[in-house]
Amino acid sequence: MIRIPCPFCGERDHSEFTYGGDGSITYPPLGASAKQWHDAVFQRRNIRGLQTETWHHVFGCRAWLRVERDTRTHEIKSVRAAHPGGQRALDKTP
Amino acid sequence: MTRFSAWSVFCNGLTGQKGWDRQWRDPEPKSGYEVVIVGGGIHGLATACYLARNHGITNIAVLEKGWIGGGNAGRNTTIVRSNYFRPGNREFYEHSLNLWENLSHELNYNVMFSQRSHVSLLHSPAAIDRAARGYNIMRLTGSDGELWSLDALKKNVPHLNYGEDARFPIFGAAVQRRAGTARHDAVAWGYARAADQAGVDIIQNCEVLGVTRDGGEIRSLETSRGTISGRKFGFAVAGNTSRLWQMAGLGALPIETHKLQAFVTEPLKPLLDQVVVFGVGGTHFYMSQSDKGGLVFGGDLDWYKSYAQRGSLPIVQDVAECAVSMMPCLGRIRLVRHWSGAVDMSMDGSFFMCKTPLDNLYLNGGWNYGGFKASPASGWYFADLIANNRPHETIANHDLKRFERGYHIDERGAGPDPKLHG
Repeated sequence: MIRIPCPFCGERDHSEFTYGGDGSITYPPLGASAKQWHDAVFQRRNIRGLQTETWHHVFGCRAWLRVERDTRTHEIKSVRAAHPGGQRALDKTP
Repeated sequence: MTRFSAWSVFCNGLTGQKGWDRQWRDPEPKSGYEVVIVGGGIHGLATACYLARNHGITNIAVLEKGWIGGGNAGRNTTIVRSNYFRPGNREFYEHSLNLWENLSHELNYNVMFSQRSHVSLLHSPAAIDRAARGYNIMRLTGSDGELWSLDALKKNVPHLNYGEDARFPIFGAAVQRRAGTARHDAVAWGYARAADQAGVDIIQNCEVLGVTRDGGEIRSLETSRGTISGRKFGFAVAGNTSRLWQMAGLGALPIETHKLQAFVTEPLKPLLDQVVVFGVGGTHFYMSQSDKGGLVFGGDLDWYKSYAQRGSLPIVQDVAECAVSMMPCLGRIRLVRHWSGAVDMSMDGSFFMCKTPLDNLYLNGGWNYGGFKASPASGWYFADLIANNRPHETIANHDLKRFERGYHIDERGAGPDPKLHG
């Protein structure tokens, strides 16, 4: 069981979350070429080691999180709110 | 090499089983080969075997980072079937099933292929309609498939939960009678022995650490046992395809590595004669009984990307719940082992077998859940691809460019999310 320290709810079992996928992907603008969209939708670096990924705290605060996790050991290095506004609110909270 | 026969078994029985020799050599790697296959799983070994048998190429090395049978060859649920509906897939898997039917004879090695029927339970009228369409396609394209009514199912598989108050009542089943199970180790060993007899060097404990390129070609591989050069290279390392791909400087692939668990219970007396699949909503569970009596269970992926070859507990619970829900008499049975394999999950749930951006490199990967049953045909068509430098028409659309063409081979219709193609 992976334990994910949700910045809003505290440490929880990963079974409370849904895995979103590779968090390093940035989608191109709507008018971008088919090749750019193909690469964003289908191509993966499939990192073996530390990767940035998204998790959705479905059975908790329902926030999307941006997690740095090692895909070899499942060790979690950092967890942030995926939405910049959420992260700003966290940063301001003492 | 001893040829196995009833007579050789009889004679060794009289002489204390001392007359058996090694099943394959343990050679030192040569500096160069005509074909170098990376990955000594069943796919790689079968490829070497068919390169020798079908195409007369014997100057081959198969490189395995661990030992033969130690990777996904030993981490599957041993199920063989060909109930696929998409063009390309159905012909490919049917060819594989045809090869399985004669494999023990071809390899002179008992792979214990048992055509015990593959029974997919149907839990709604819509599921029956969907199965009727799919299994009719199979019949029209030369395979076998049939629908069982509830009465026929009760007669053949009596121990399922047929109660009307079951959480998911059973309405019937879709059945492929020629499907079944095989002994996973025996398949790997049988292909290894056959390849070795043909002169193939099987090099174990030989991990590829780097790929040396010469422009648009691979010149050699840096391995833990020295530099090995070759004229042609084949990658058959599903689970770790992306790593090798990046070593070759080729960037991203439409693949994610996920882990898939399997389980075996304590041995029981004969209880279940078929492979039975329980599929409701997002849940996926299947079981069969091994010749040793243990029930072999398989379930869903762990849902998150991972290269760790160990499973997590929520899936253990999920699988146990499915087992008891499907067959309540298993409530007091204990699981004795579970294991996990790293699998290539592709963007449409289908495999890749194709030429690559490098002239002398060929790719075999992206096997998702289905690598074990595919292995004979995988070796067959991959050998054909390497020898002739062009894909056979059956695998013509199993290339890396198919997403650019909008040609998804998506049996489940789940879309470009690798974890959903279980």
